[in-house]
Amino acid sequence: MALAFTPEVDREFDRIVRRYPNRRAALIPTLILADREFGYLSREAMDYVAKRLELPAAWVLSTATFYTMLRKRPTGKHHVQVCVNVACYLKGADQLGDHLKKRLGIGFGEVTPDGLFSLEGVQCLAACGTAPVLQVNGAYHEDMTPEKADALIQSLRTAPAPGGATSGPGGAV
Amino acid sequence: MSATPANPARGHLLRCGPGESLLDVAKYQATGGFQALRKALAMPPAALIDEVKKATIRGRGGAGFPAGTKWSFLPKDNPKPRYLVINADEGEPGTFKDRYFLEQDPFPLLEGIAISAYAIGAHTAYLYVRGEFVRGIKVLEDAVEAMRKAGALGRSVLGSPFSLEIIVHPGAGAYICGEESALLESIEGKPGRPRNRPPFPAVAGLWACPTIINNVETMACVRLVLMHGADAFLAMGLPKDGGPKIYGLSGHVKRPGLYEAPLGLSLRTLIYDFGGGTIDDRPIKGIIPGGSSTPVLGPDALDVAMDFESIKAVGSMLGTAAATIFTEGTCPVAVLLRISRFYAHESCGQCTPCRDGTGWLERIVESIEHGTARPGDCDVLLAAANQIMGNTICALGDAAALPVISFVNRFRDDFEAHIAGRGCPYGAA
Ligand SMILES: Cc1cc2nc3c(=O)[nH]c(=O)nc-3n(C[C@H](O)[C@H](O)[C@H](O)COP(=O)(O)O)c2cc1C
Ligand code: SF4
Ligand code: FES
Repeated sequence: MALAFTPEVDREFDRIVRRYPNRRAALIPTLILADREFGYLSREAMDYVAKRLELPAAWVLSTATFYTMLRKRPTGKHHVQVCVNVACYLKGADQLGDHLKKRLGIGFGEVTPDGLFSLEGVQCLAACGTAPVLQVNGAYHEDMTPEKADALIQSLRTAPAPGGATSGPGGAV
Repeated sequence: MSATPANPARGHLLRCGPGESLLDVAKYQATGGFQALRKALAMPPAALIDEVKKATIRGRGGAGFPAGTKWSFLPKDNPKPRYLVINADEGEPGTFKDRYFLEQDPFPLLEGIAISAYAIGAHTAYLYVRGEFVRGIKVLEDAVEAMRKAGALGRSVLGSPFSLEIIVHPGAGAYICGEESALLESIEGKPGRPRNRPPFPAVAGLWACPTIINNVETMACVRLVLMHGADAFLAMGLPKDGGPKIYGLSGHVKRPGLYEAPLGLSLRTLIYDFGGGTIDDRPIKGIIPGGSSTPVLGPDALDVAMDFESIKAVGSMLGTAAATIFTEGTCPVAVLLRISRFYAHESCGQCTPCRDGTGWLERIVESIEHGTARPGDCDVLLAAANQIMGNTICALGDAAALPVISFVNRFRDDFEAHIAGRGCPYGAA
C-alpha cells in the first residue's frame, strides 16, 4: 500500500507549508512529521514528502541524511537516547549506558528482538545541570541513576504505545 | 563557604526556579507583561536601536558581539524584506540556559523578539529551536498563539501599525546548525553547511535578504533594557559589559543548575556559594568556564570574574557562561576524549582541516587514553590542533582545537603519564 498521511496529519502538513514563503523551507518540519507518522524515513517516505512538496527527490535525500534525528532506519517502540557528552560523563553516563545495555541486552545502535526498545548514545541534550540524562521518544528523564533507569524501563514495558504530547521524533540508529 | 545559596536562582532573567513555570499570558499581562513592547512601539526604531546600543548588550550566544552594533549593520537602502532569526539551537556541551525560557518562561523571550523585530523593521521572525526540545517547541507554539489572541502579535501589534509573525521552526539534530549561517541554510530546508563570509547575514542572510541572528537570552536582555532603560540595565552588570547574566553550573558540584548574577561574578562565588562547593569537598582540578569549546582553567582561576574581558585575559572565553567543573581524581584525557569525539562527530565535513583534523584529534586523544600512543604524540596533537585553528569556514574548527591545546598544556603530565605507562593511571579508559 502506498504511504499517505491521514486527513488529520494532512491538516498539520498544510499548516506547516502555509507559514513559509516557499516549499523548501517546509522540508525539515514536514520530514519530522513524516518520521513521526511512518516510524522512520524509508526511501518511500522521503519520496512521498518530495512529491507532496514538489521538490526534487535528491534535495529531500540530501537534507534527510544530514540530520541525525531524522531516522533512516526503524527504531524500537521506545527509543532510549543516553547523553554521552562531558557533563553527563562526569556524572556517570558511562555507567548508566552500560547498565541499560546489560538490562536490555543490546548495544548502542541496536533494537531488542521484540522491537520494544532501541538504545543510542547521543550528544549533549542541554540538560547538563541535571546530568546524567536520557530521552525516551523525545521526553526528558533527568538526574538518572541505574535504579531510576530500571524503574523507567519497567514502566515502559507495560505502557501503551507512545503517542500524543510525549511522543517526538527519535534519533537515527 | 556558605551553606545556603546567596542567589535563590531568581532575578531579572531567571524569573522562576527548577520545576516552576510561567505559561499564562493573562498573568504575564497582569504583572507588567508587554509594557516594554508598548514603550518600544511608541519610539522611532532608530531611537530604540540607540537605546540598545547604549546598553551594550553583548550577545549571549557565545561570541559576545554587541547586539545594537550588529543591528546597525543592516543596509539602509535594500528593498528586500528583513528577517529576525532567533537562535535556540542550544547545542554547546555544558550549556542549558536557553531551554529555561523555552520550557518555563517563554513570554519575556517572545516580547524581546517583538521589540527587536520592530527595531530592525522585520515583520517575520523565525525562532529556530533544536528538535530535541519537543516540549519547548510545544510550549512556544502555544505561547505564540496566546500572544496573538492577546493582540500582541499579528496584523496590528498592541493596536499599532506594526505587524509581526513569529514562526517556531524545529531543527532535527545537528549541532552545527547553531552556527548562524548553517542555521539559515537549515531554515531554507538544506543541510546545515556554514556559508562563506562575506556577505554577512545582515547584508544577505535568509533567502539572501538582510537578516539579524540573535540568541534567546539576548532577546530577554533587550526586553529588560526597554523595561528599565539602558542605564539601569548597565548598572545590573559591569560598566562595560552590561546587564545580568544566566550562569550555568554542571559537573562535580553539590548544587548544579542555573543561577542569575550580574556579569562579572567570580568563579569562586558561582561554585562555592551558589553551587555549594564540590562533591565530597574534593579539590578542583579543572574548570571549563563557558561551554566545551572554551579553554580549560585550573583552580588558580577561581577569583577571575566571569565577564567577557576578564576571562579572555586569563586565556579562555566566557562563551555561554556555563561552567563545567571536575575535581581531583578525574582523568583529564578521558574528559577531553568526550569533547573531541563530539566535535569530530559534528563537523559538517565541508573543509578539509576541520573534517580530517577533528578526526585525527579524536583518534590521537583516544590512543593516549587507551595507552597505544607513542612518545611525542602530545606534540603531534598540538601541531594538528594548531593547523586547524583559523583555517576553516566556520568557528567549529577552532572550537575543536582550543580544548585540545588547553588540556594538553594544562595537564601535560597526565597526558605523558598515559603514554609512558601505556594506559590510563586513573583506570578511566
Ligand atoms: C559551531 C557553532 C555553534 C554555535 N551554536 C550556537 C547555539 O547553539 N546557540 C547560539 O545562540 N549561538 C550559537 N553559536 C553562535 C552563533 O553563530 C551566533 O554568533 C549567535 O547566535 C549570535 O547571537 P548573539 O549575538 O545574540 O549571541 C554557534 C557558533 C558556532 C561556530
Ligand atoms: S569548520 Fe568544520 S563545521 Fe565549519 S564549515 Fe568547515 S567543516 Fe564545516
Ligand atoms: S552533557 Fe549531557 S546534557 Fe549536556
